[in-house]
Amino acid sequence: MKIQNPVVGFINGLMVTIRSTLRRPVTAEYPAIEKRLPLSNRFMGFPALTWDYDIEEPYCTGCMVCVRECPTQCMSAQMKDNPQHEKGLSRRRKIIESFEINLGRCILCGICVDVCNFDAIEMSHEYELSKYQRNANRVNLNQLLDMGVVYQNKLQWTPKQPQKNSGIPLPPKQSEDSS
Amino acid sequence: MQVHQQVSEYSDAIDLMVNMGPQHPSTHGVFRLVIWVDGERIVKVEPHIGYLHRGSEKICESEQYSQIVTLFDRLDYVGNLNNELAFCLAVEKLTETVVPERAEYIRVILCELNRIASHMLFYGVYGLDVGATTPMLYGFRERERVQELFESVTGARMMHNYIRIGGVKEDVPDDFDKNVLILLDHLKRGVDECDRLLSQNEMFLARTKGVGIITGEDALDYGVTGPALRASGVIEDVRVTDPYSIYSRFDFGIPVGSNGDCWDRYYVRVEEMRESIKIVEQAISDIPDGDISAKVRRIIRPPVGEVFVRTESPRGDLGVFLVSDGSDKPYRVKVRPPSFANLQALEYMLEDTYIADAVLVLGSIDIIMGEVDR
Repeated sequence: MKIQNPVVGFINGLMVTIRSTLRRPVTAEYPAIEKRLPLSNRFMGFPALTWDYDIEEPYCTGCMVCVRECPTQCMSAQMKDNPQHEKGLSRRRKIIESFEINLGRCILCGICVDVCNFDAIEMSHEYELSKYQRNANRVNLNQLLDMGVVYQNKLQWTPKQPQKNSGIPLPPKQSEDSS
Repeated sequence: MQVHQQVSEYSDAIDLMVNMGPQHPSTHGVFRLVIWVDGERIVKVEPHIGYLHRGSEKICESEQYSQIVTLFDRLDYVGNLNNELAFCLAVEKLTETVVPERAEYIRVILCELNRIASHMLFYGVYGLDVGATTPMLYGFRERERVQELFESVTGARMMHNYIRIGGVKEDVPDDFDKNVLILLDHLKRGVDECDRLLSQNEMFLARTKGVGIITGEDALDYGVTGPALRASGVIEDVRVTDPYSIYSRFDFGIPVGSNGDCWDRYYVRVEEMRESIKIVEQAISDIPDGDISAKVRRIIRPPVGEVFVRTESPRGDLGVFLVSDGSDKPYRVKVRPPSFANLQALEYMLEDTYIADAVLVLGSIDIIMGEVDR
């Protein structure tokens, strides 16, 4: 940590500035959509519910484990009997009826994704919070599923445990009237 | 800055009481400093804290162990991973969990990169405190690169929640090694460039040399730790003197200053970035394969007992004291934040300096108000 001649230090600093004027800028203009920086695949935006394309229903069964584990209690959910299961079209006995997340409270920790047993919730790539209405940050089931569909299509998402969590009804031994 | 005129008890002359903050751009958060001046000399200062108090320690008592990691992210909000590590080490010590090798290496790599990012922020903001606007752009450019890597590994740029009790959240992506090496290349050049730009600048030297001096003994008496203590010539680094995690395996130096002035506190951090790069280089070269997390239950119930761990966060000696009553929530969590202890010495450092240097000395301690108030 020795001190050089101050003039040398000043000129050195000036050289750094001159050299970096010739470089390309590292900044990106944020609101323009085409100029945004790309998000990495693991980016954690707001949580969203995933959609099971095999039988066209959500993966979520409303088991409430994410609601209980959430550090900020920003979610609420309700389950109902799955009508598709009674018809033999789905493996899920229960299905989500309503789901609300207050995105203003969400701290994007990803704990809900870790604890979910059904691959039903994922951290989407949505990250913008500004809304025109006061309570527009409270998103309901349909909005969450929309966010999820956008995320699934963007990343070609597949469930982590496809065997266990697929909604396709099991072969006849369990329910005979499903074809 | 509001100015009141009043008769001071400290001298016969009419002094000024200058109220700096809480809404002041150079206080690095919401921090209020009441300064009594005699002419341009500071007679006395009185720091007021508590504007950012969120009651984190109390909230910890009503959260499960796995949820508390998110709260520790928000204490020192530029050294998040180091804070997460401190808490996880405390719980692991209490439950006697053995963390897999690979997880330890990942932790060390990310924590050291986090230290570089934190010091880069200091570098930029300190330049701004002195009155130089350019260094901020350089500091933030380098920090941005580190955060980009964090985003690709942990999914978040600041509040990661990546280091978990027993290991880490998920394995690093496939191109992690390659990206870290590229990043280190950039950082090496970046640190040199930052160093050349500011460290030996005549005006910078004139403002920081010999300002806010604190001797080694006084610093120890005040409980100052981290770069601020090492700048006073005391060789004290928890990574070396009381190694945690796997730091004993790496070969790195402890930069030490000699005068204990603002310039030393600044330059110790610049040198520390170079040492951190060395640690990451060594860690990335012998990172083993294997598990990334020990087997821990989803709801952790540590045995009854208490534990204290100390780690070296970018700002100094971060201690976590944890008392468990055997349930899934801790009985008490006490954080010993380095910024809080370092702030105690501010009064001593500012004694008999010029009022124009108040911002300079405050900046050189590198406080983070989130950590001071908790």
